[in-house]
Amino acid sequence: MEMVTLLTATLHAAIISATPILYAALGEIFAERSGVLNLGVEGIMLVGAATGFYTAVNSQSLLLGILATVAVSLLFGLIFSFITITLRASQVVTGLVLTIFGTGLSAFLGKSMIGQASPVIFHKIPVPVLSKIPILGHVLFNHDMLVYVLYLLVPLSWFVIYRTREGLNLRAVGENPAAADALGINVFAVRYFYVCLGSMFAGLAGAYLSLAYAPSWLENMSAGRGWIAIVLVIFATWNPVRAALGALIFGGVDVLGFKFQARGIGISPYFMRMLPYLITIIVLIIITARSQMAKNLMPKALTIPYDREER
Amino acid sequence: MKTKRLFVVVAFLLIAITLFTAGCGSKQTSVPGNQNQGKDKLKVGFVFIGPVTDGGWNTSHNNGRLYLEKQLPYVETIFVQNVPAGSDSERVMRQLIQQGAKVIVATSFNYGDTVKKLAKEFPDIYFLHATGLEVAPNVSTYDIREYEGTYLTGMVAGKMTKTNIIGYVAANPIPCVVRAIDGFAMGVKAVNPNAKVKLLWTSTWYDPAKEKEAALSLADEKADVLAQYQDSPAVQQAAQERGIYSIGYHADMRHFAPQANLTSFTWNWGPIYVQEVKAYHDGNWKGKAIWASAKEGASTIAPLNDKLVPADVKKLIEETKDKLSKGELTVFKGPIKDNKGKTIVGEGQKISDAELVKCNWLLDNIEGKL
Repeated sequence: MEMVTLLTATLHAAIISATPILYAALGEIFAERSGVLNLGVEGIMLVGAATGFYTAVNSQSLLLGILATVAVSLLFGLIFSFITITLRASQVVTGLVLTIFGTGLSAFLGKSMIGQASPVIFHKIPVPVLSKIPILGHVLFNHDMLVYVLYLLVPLSWFVIYRTREGLNLRAVGENPAAADALGINVFAVRYFYVCLGSMFAGLAGAYLSLAYAPSWLENMSAGRGWIAIVLVIFATWNPVRAALGALIFGGVDVLGFKFQARGIGISPYFMRMLPYLITIIVLIIITARSQMAKNLMPKALTIPYDREER
Repeated sequence: MKTKRLFVVVAFLLIAITLFTAGCGSKQTSVPGNQNQGKDKLKVGFVFIGPVTDGGWNTSHNNGRLYLEKQLPYVETIFVQNVPAGSDSERVMRQLIQQGAKVIVATSFNYGDTVKKLAKEFPDIYFLHATGLEVAPNVSTYDIREYEGTYLTGMVAGKMTKTNIIGYVAANPIPCVVRAIDGFAMGVKAVNPNAKVKLLWTSTWYDPAKEKEAALSLADEKADVLAQYQDSPAVQQAAQERGIYSIGYHADMRHFAPQANLTSFTWNWGPIYVQEVKAYHDGNWKGKAIWASAKEGASTIAPLNDKLVPADVKKLIEETKDKLSKGELTVFKGPIKDNKGKTIVGEGQKISDAELVKCNWLLDNIEGKL
């Protein structure tokens, strides 16, 4: 019974801890599937967190907070798209700049909000009936709205990418934009759309932090989760379902580390924290060492700007 | 084509850097204007490593600055916030000296190298370096005996727990953190010998989500009072979410969790600033190591939460606070054993300051490792 309680509490906490990383990672999967590497995730998360919190505090409305986050992160997605897709600037450099910019901007805008508590936050809403199931009920169905939305988004993203024409177009653009262009797919439109979508998800990841996870605004509150999300995308080999499992592992190790410490179990928390990255490096080595796998898994046109004239 | 691309990247970089520095800035705006008014006043320059609104370390130093201005009417303060250590801090301190500051208060440990360098160049300027290690003829280091304040918060926790399990979320096992936790545990032990302190290390000073996770893990282990040595108020929020009690650190964290927060350990730098600036003004200053305590009112706690703390506990805390401020009570008084069974000091003995500085043991009622 004791073990069961520990397991239930750990899994429940792992889902919460995985949520912001998974939002950002799903967004990044879409962007990278279209051939655009967006390293600005961390910055967009922070701006999303600040905007969401600011709007929620001032309007006393969660919905408006989320809408503001979506709007601002879309704007950031548009800026990033314009620079990297239309002007064909380096995706790596632009992404890094966006992160630095977002970090600074959110700190600047957030100054007045430090120390404030939001009157409206995402509360846990146990799902009727389902939350009464032993063990699983508490683990899966005693969360806030944004977690439930994520439950739908993961299979939906998988379905869109692998089972629809839209997803086929998306993958084609990421693998071979020239061929996709020849088939009449608007490469630029596809990339714009998915980069902006991805940016929106990153913004939501930030709003989850400031309105649900640790409801407050604190400078640099994402504390590197945007970067973890980018690592997670590689870990998951650009697959939303694997990303969900990966996020649980990434989020779970921290939780498990604390649980072990609290119980006096002698596994070093530093080792636990290192584990996901170690696994990621191994995954990366395997997929790049076996060229056949790399061909199938990593979008081939990733980081390469598409230029019709250079076809 | 290539040049166009390069141009765009460079242009965007420039825009971003400008905005970023603007974001970090308020360097110009934060310097109070009106130069004429303060002509005959003694100028004291403060340098902060983060925003003075952080609700923690920097806010506590800024409160000290405001206290100084209020207490000594002949003082005018100038301050610059968000100053990274290194060449930035050197530039800022030089600028402050040029503006006429006679006393420079460097409120972060990280400014050590800059202080050392500038102190040699400006022997007439008095430097105060927070938590610093090196004293010079014109450099004083200053710190607060935090363990006296945490002793009080530990007593509150020991009195308020019903499960006899108190959770402690802490950042990194360095001496000043360990000392604060030991002081806390001494306080717990003094009022409740049956209570245990469960200690979790997060290995981060600042990650609200992770701090909250650690706090919730402790709550799952039946802890009903949570304390912290972290910069964010996430532990307080976690306690409120679970309907248990919490104790803050750095500054009064009540407003983050009004239904959970019992009190907070607070740094009160004001008395040190007043004492040293006054000494400079009177001409009897010299570089020394200052370790202020409850006697000066430096190591203290935020007002107790009357809605949660019963009157008898409040009375007990007030009495102990009084004893501490009169120097009648020693926190680390033997016999003290650590949680591995080793004797730290024997019956009736005290721990010397030199030993406290390198504190690396956990009291026997703490469940946790270094």
